[in-house]
Amino acid sequence: MSGTITAFADPLGPRGKVRVAIATAVGGALVAWVLYVAYRRFEANGQLEKELWTDLFSGEALRFFWGGLKITLQLAAVGLLLAVAVGVVLAFARLSKRAPVRFVATTWLQFFRGVPLVVLILFFYIGLDFKPFRAVVAGLVLYNSAVLAEIFRAGILSLDRGQSEAALAVGMTDGQAMRLVVFPQAVRRMIPALVSQLVVLLKDTSLGVAIGLEELLRRSFLAGQFLKNPLQALIFGAAIYMVVNLLLSASARWIERRQGQGKAKKTAPGDPVRVGGIEDLSVA
Amino acid sequence: MGVVFDNFDLFGRGLRTTASLAVLSYLVAFVLGTFVAGLRVSPIPPLRWVGTVWTEALRNIPLTVLFFVFFFGFTKIGISYFPFTSSVIVLGCYTSAFVAETVRSGINSVAAGQAEAARALGLTFPQVLGTIVLPQALRTVVAPLGSLFIALTKNTSIAYTVAVVELARVFNDLANQTGEAIPLFAGVAAAYLILTLSSSAAIGVIERKVAIRR
Repeated sequence: MSGTITAFADPLGPRGKVRVAIATAVGGALVAWVLYVAYRRFEANGQLEKELWTDLFSGEALRFFWGGLKITLQLAAVGLLLAVAVGVVLAFARLSKRAPVRFVATTWLQFFRGVPLVVLILFFYIGLDFKPFRAVVAGLVLYNSAVLAEIFRAGILSLDRGQSEAALAVGMTDGQAMRLVVFPQAVRRMIPALVSQLVVLLKDTSLGVAIGLEELLRRSFLAGQFLKNPLQALIFGAAIYMVVNLLLSASARWIERRQGQGKAKKTAPGDPVRVGGIEDLSVA
Repeated sequence: MGVVFDNFDLFGRGLRTTASLAVLSYLVAFVLGTFVAGLRVSPIPPLRWVGTVWTEALRNIPLTVLFFVFFFGFTKIGISYFPFTSSVIVLGCYTSAFVAETVRSGINSVAAGQAEAARALGLTFPQVLGTIVLPQALRTVVAPLGSLFIALTKNTSIAYTVAVVELARVFNDLANQTGEAIPLFAGVAAAYLILTLSSSAAIGVIERKVAIRR
């Protein structure tokens, strides 16, 4: 089992087996009890009535949710494309040989990584009169390009120095070495990180709700008000987000395996510890 | 910048609320997350499943959606608290999933011999975990746990959606009232930077004191 450490789970003796069996039974009973309490809670408040759930699956309701999901996916797609483009530029600026360029890029990155996305989106919406969709995209791009720039930079720096040295030795200029040798190789290493950033970005699109954009969350909320089943509608919306994100993470793992770098799961002693998904965790 | 200084009180209040949201939610997240990490490495399958479902669900549902489910959905099953308390619960639960993953990778980085030796001495699983493995594991992940605190500080801004008067809400309200969004934006950004930079300085101190490098 992937979660267990070998040292905890080496073959048990007869007494150990009995102990684990008892604990499994007790643990299982505990879980069942918690589920039962939750079930009773729903039932006692009349939240298990069939219509409250089945209303969500009428053709009209499903089309309404689908419309919201489409906006969410559009936000994520546009946001990611632009953020990647801006992020690449920022990463190169960070690695530039000219100190002023480096300084400006670093300040820019620190600033936009330090300000919460909600505030950025509100600023574009209220302060600069952007349309809701554009305000969200602008916020997503500014924030995520800063995070992506760091991912790109790390990817470029992770490449063996021999690569760029060899490129220079055969007479390429700095620019050529970066464009033709270093960057193409670095990009392949960054794809899994890019996909996990896409999960973060997709989650962040739900902030559009703050300025009334009808993406998936707002539509779930509206559906709940209209059908008088806010709890069910929001749980349904949350489930859609979860399915989409799990599919994205699964594809990230698939890409990682196909690249033959499948060492991501087990952290060996000595590996740097990293967990993706909440945000950039490299804030120092 | 006049508009920022005219409303200094409100800014101060927002800053205090943001800071207390961050600190309180982090306490919840840390305790809960460490516990969930323990569940995920335990030898007992049902507990492991609970840990996995908890982390996967919370990591894959947007925080904003969790706020809405808790705040607008759970009232229907008789669970409702004031916005601030709700926010602490939601932020704490959400972040606990990330704390759990971080602590778990810390646990995996503790040399297997440590747990083996503890088992050879006859310690039970909770004893192995609590007295031998976790203390070492936590000390390896001080830096990522610190980054989680900083991310959490920024995430408190989502409490804006349930009308907690923290910095983002102060910005929104004042910008709508006065129309002077640019200086207000500068002020709010500065307030967040004060919080995040001072916490990263504090994390640096803690790291130097307790962290072990592997």
